[in-house]
Amino acid sequence: MKFQAFLIKYGEIGLKGKNRYLFEDALMNQIRFALKDVEGTFRVHKSQARIYVECEGYYDYDETVEALKRVFGIVGICPVVYVEDEGFDKLKEVVVDYMDKMYPDKNTTFKVEARRGKKSYPKNSMEINCDLGEAILDAFPEIRVDVHKPEILLNIEVRDLIYIYSEIIPGPGGMPVGTNGKAMLLLSGGIDSPVAGYMIAKRGVQLEATYFHAPPYTSERAKQKVVDLAQLVSKYSGPIKLNVVNFTDIQLYIYEKCPHEELTIIMRRYMMKIAEHFAKTSGCLGLITGESIGQVASQTMQSLAATNDVCTMPVYRPLIGFDKQEIVEIAEKIDTFETSILPFEDCCTIFVAKHPVTKPNINIIRRSEENLKEKIDELMEEAIRSVETILVK
Amino acid sequence: MEVYLDNSATTRCYDSVRELVGRVMCEDYGNPSSMHKKGMDAEKYVKKAKEDFAKLLKVQEKEIFFTSGGTESDNLALIGCARANKRVGKHLITSSIEHPAILNTMQYLEQEEGFRVTYLPVDSYGCIQLDALKRALCEETILVSIMYVNNEIGSVQPIEEAVRIVKNYNRNILFHVDAVQGFGKYRIYPKRIGVDLLSISGHKIHGPKGSGVLYVNEKVKIKPIVFGGEQQKNIRSGTENVPGIAGIGLAAREIYTNFDEKITHMRALKNYFMDGIRKIEKTKIHGCEDDASAPHIVSVGFAGIRGEVLLHALEDKGIYVSSGSACASNHPAISGVLRGIGVGPEYLDATLRFSLSEFTTKEEIDYTLQTLYNCVPMLRKYTRH
Repeated sequence: MKFQAFLIKYGEIGLKGKNRYLFEDALMNQIRFALKDVEGTFRVHKSQARIYVECEGYYDYDETVEALKRVFGIVGICPVVYVEDEGFDKLKEVVVDYMDKMYPDKNTTFKVEARRGKKSYPKNSMEINCDLGEAILDAFPEIRVDVHKPEILLNIEVRDLIYIYSEIIPGPGGMPVGTNGKAMLLLSGGIDSPVAGYMIAKRGVQLEATYFHAPPYTSERAKQKVVDLAQLVSKYSGPIKLNVVNFTDIQLYIYEKCPHEELTIIMRRYMMKIAEHFAKTSGCLGLITGESIGQVASQTMQSLAATNDVCTMPVYRPLIGFDKQEIVEIAEKIDTFETSILPFEDCCTIFVAKHPVTKPNINIIRRSEENLKEKIDELMEEAIRSVETILVK
Repeated sequence: MEVYLDNSATTRCYDSVRELVGRVMCEDYGNPSSMHKKGMDAEKYVKKAKEDFAKLLKVQEKEIFFTSGGTESDNLALIGCARANKRVGKHLITSSIEHPAILNTMQYLEQEEGFRVTYLPVDSYGCIQLDALKRALCEETILVSIMYVNNEIGSVQPIEEAVRIVKNYNRNILFHVDAVQGFGKYRIYPKRIGVDLLSISGHKIHGPKGSGVLYVNEKVKIKPIVFGGEQQKNIRSGTENVPGIAGIGLAAREIYTNFDEKITHMRALKNYFMDGIRKIEKTKIHGCEDDASAPHIVSVGFAGIRGEVLLHALEDKGIYVSSGSACASNHPAISGVLRGIGVGPEYLDATLRFSLSEFTTKEEIDYTLQTLYNCVPMLRKYTRH
């Protein structure tokens, strides 16, 4: 079957009152972005409260559907066949042919649901339903009508053209990226942070990311892995600005001056501070981390509180109640898992103490940080100043 | 300053080779199997390369086969001979410090094709124990495969003695040598010492990647492992990689030009480098430190520093080296070779391999030593507790 267009169904957006056009426009932009690398020429437009993706000439159906399935805000993707209005007899022919090609097994039930947008059309919706239903029944003796729970719901929309569709491919849901502001993702090379970014982007939030790089303790390959992960997430979220911060000197300084069992917590506090700095300067409204309660020493309730202590912005932790396996399942679904498990050391694990504190006391941590007074501001400034920015898309 | 000391991973192509490869790609690009003149022109390069290798190895032209590299040569030798001779017996012998191209192929033959494999242990210098070889030989043995130079620590294997032991036991047992690290560093005449098969890789001798040679003595029974258009006497089907073949042929010729001079140069630099290394405390040079080891490989353990960290610190200064063996470094398993020669635990995860080429200069070695003198104490200050 050759489909000339896709009708895009969007759920939650439909509920938004007067801002609806903002959501629709954002959705259309995201669709265009998602389709830019797909083979084919596409026209995305809105007509009578529906978004259509028109495919001009040859296009790759599978790639197109895959790309649309990654656009947040889409609830359903309906492949559409459309025809010019060349009289009702011609329409009957087309519809019978459509049913024949789409459903080789005729031992099923159906219902025709017509909508007449073009009021000048000679038949009203009820008449279209009845007459097309009859034509289908005549053509295929095995098929039956079921108006309550049909297996096939054949939609006929009469507008300037006549649109025929019956399949709905589920989309990812969520809201179009760009409709809910921007947030800063702390992206490591692990499994969790890309998933966290994905989940927040799904709610319409645009992403920016910060990665902490610690050469020579972490390699160029580890950095490349993070760029690759950002790119995988960007297939859903749209382009991501990635800040690569050289964290080595800060890390070594903490290592020199603070108790080793507190190293990870203190390090994470400085990571949060630096990420928040970039978040503020680029207009983000929050931070995103991949933390999940109790997963590791630095993610106990006490550790989370100690890390959170330095942030003035809201920190969104979408995985907070997830088990590792649940996170892995999403990582596999969004295709970041295989990249995440490549064995390159990230800067959280290099100097990890054998027995890090699991119940840090914020006051003690703050006191340990007093030891850093002399140089830490200077080192932070230098880390911020020397940031490398990569636009990942 | 950029200093490339990873010549056991791969080497820079000779300019003359690059030029030749380009010319073959763009001008004499015919298929040697074509009947027209363009095909014949291409065939001449293959013929020439065959002549070159026949001359360098002192074997016959018909005993030279071109492959996609060292790995394929090793695979073809082991799998091809094992399958062709399995009626005689199903026992194979190799060493425990071979390259993964041998070890993993042996494992495949063990697990999938019912062969039995003996892995010979090595002494503390990384050389196979000949007594163990004697004991391992049995009526069932059909093939022995020993490398010429170990890629991680540069130990040179007693090939001649090993061949003598094997052939005295049973002259029909085939002897394969993986000479990927040895060819270009030693004069190797397989036929004279009784070696039946020998693998060579192009990109380790300043030739192109994706080119390799397998010498197969004319008497050896071998079966192909890839099937197709029956090129190269049906031992290795597939249109010949003419640019690669022309390239590896020229590289081989070049590397053996002024050969003794080049080896003396590398040897002198290697000794100079080792002297410099010995000045750093708590370091250990693995394997043999005298001329019994290969002229281009130095494996050094730096206690208290993770090899990977030191590698990246050197990289930052423009110095490129390997941790353990480059081929095995992309998975973090600790080197079996180092463990095999009894390297202490403090050095296992803390070893770098420096490998020289004829292009390495004294200035580069000085710069590398100076960088190590600066980096090593600094990195030792910050270690994991």
